[in-house]
Amino acid sequence: MAAVAEIVCWALGWVLLTSGAAFVLIGGIGVLRMPDLYTRIHAAGLTDSLGPILVLSGLMLQVGNPQELFKLAAILLFMMITGPTATYALANAALMAGIDPVPAESSRPDREQVR
Amino acid sequence: MIIVASIAIFVTMALALLRGLLGPTVYDRVLAMNMFGTKTVLLLASVAFLYGRSDFLDLALAYALINFIGVQAVLAFVQKAAGAGEES
Amino acid sequence: MIVAVFGIFLLTLLVVTAIAIVRSSDLFSAVMLSGIFSLLMAANFFVLDAADVALTEAAVGAGVATVLLLGALALLPTDERQGNRHVGLAALTMAANITVIIYATHDVPPLGDPAAPAQQHVAAWYLAHTPELIDIPNVVTAVLASFRGYDTIGEVFVILIAGIGVLFVLSGGRDQLLPKRPEPTLNTALKHHLIPQVVGRLMIPFIILFGLYTQFHGEYGPGGGFQAGALVAAGLVLYSLIEGEQAALELTPPNLLFGLALGGALLYGAVGVIAMLLGGTFLDYSVLLSDPIAGQHLGIIVIELGVGLSVTGVMLTIYHAFASRVS
Repeated sequence: MAAVAEIVCWALGWVLLTSGAAFVLIGGIGVLRMPDLYTRIHAAGLTDSLGPILVLSGLMLQVGNPQELFKLAAILLFMMITGPTATYALANAALMAGIDPVPAESSRPDREQVR
Repeated sequence: MIIVASIAIFVTMALALLRGLLGPTVYDRVLAMNMFGTKTVLLLASVAFLYGRSDFLDLALAYALINFIGVQAVLAFVQKAAGAGEES
Repeated sequence: MIVAVFGIFLLTLLVVTAIAIVRSSDLFSAVMLSGIFSLLMAANFFVLDAADVALTEAAVGAGVATVLLLGALALLPTDERQGNRHVGLAALTMAANITVIIYATHDVPPLGDPAAPAQQHVAAWYLAHTPELIDIPNVVTAVLASFRGYDTIGEVFVILIAGIGVLFVLSGGRDQLLPKRPEPTLNTALKHHLIPQVVGRLMIPFIILFGLYTQFHGEYGPGGGFQAGALVAAGLVLYSLIEGEQAALELTPPNLLFGLALGGALLYGAVGVIAMLLGGTFLDYSVLLSDPIAGQHLGIIVIELGVGLSVTGVMLTIYHAFASRVS
């Protein structure tokens, strides 16, 4: 029974860590390839929320004692609280400094633009 | 498996740095710094497990707490510059 | 092997960032890039297994220093003034230095070599004698606080001098170093943003609590006075960003900050003098209590407290010296 639990933890840990790593990498590529500041903020902000959840959850399955589990949970909690706040602060600062979002070009030019 | 995650985080740090170097506006660079900070927290946590030294998690926790003060400072101080710019 | 690969990668990024900082003419961008530089250095120290230094670099460099530089930038025009372009002599000197240094690195022992001269003599003695003389798990704190206590009191005084220097340079000869009563319109920038206010108020207690944890946990894990001082200062800087400069200066008046800075250094020196009065040499903690090891523990706790108080006081003094002039 303990061996089954161990294998399940190991497999789940692999899945979580690799998917977390994939999201982190997607965020990095998105920040480079996106055309506009606000789309880059979007890419970075979203993946900075999901990536750490997956990676830290994967690490939580590898802990040796409860103290490490508590510290990882605390790290995750603080990252979840402060990540979107930083995204807000950055977007707000950019908007106040006068950088305007680039409006999207419609893929169907015959339709009216919804304002 | 933790090495895979560490390598991915390293590559993302390099990509974020590239955005920090390229970014036409200064806010791209602030974004790069913020993203670099969160990736550093993940890297510290992963490498702490990789090295088997669990007391290194304190560093990740410290940095997770402090990371967002930089961006808040940007918001607070840039407003001064923007406000001054509009008046002049 | 892993350490070497990680280290090379981080150092490459470091060089790229340094070149970018030097070549950017917009000071705001340079400050952001220097924040990234500090983070890279912290990661580098961490990969090399130097946790105390990595914690200090992360807390000071990426937390407090970036905010200090931004506060200074708010007082200045944001473009670098073009200096004179006499690069000939500078380039020649740098080329000569770099050649000599690269030549000297051929004699350096390999990374982590246990037979290197730096690992023999004093380092081996400290590692061997810490359990019997001081008996704390973190040898770095034992060396910093007890075996090399003189160096650390020098560091505290250097930090104090840095704070005094900043105040004198900024005061420009006036009598008043920090404004006693700042005008109410000063730097209330984040008061109108609800989200940073709420989240900031939520985070400040945790930051200060973690600072206290780091202060007293320094004997068992990475931590100590310097890191704790930087963390508590970061928490109070966050309070100043959220609530405004006037509220922050009412919470921690300038006299309190001066008192913290000077009091911490005096506390450290007082421990040394008390040790002398009790019959030992300056900063010999073994004579503080009847049991030498308990005396060492007491001495280390008190001087780390002194270091933490002093670092907090100086960092907040420097921050308020800049921020209270932003109008």
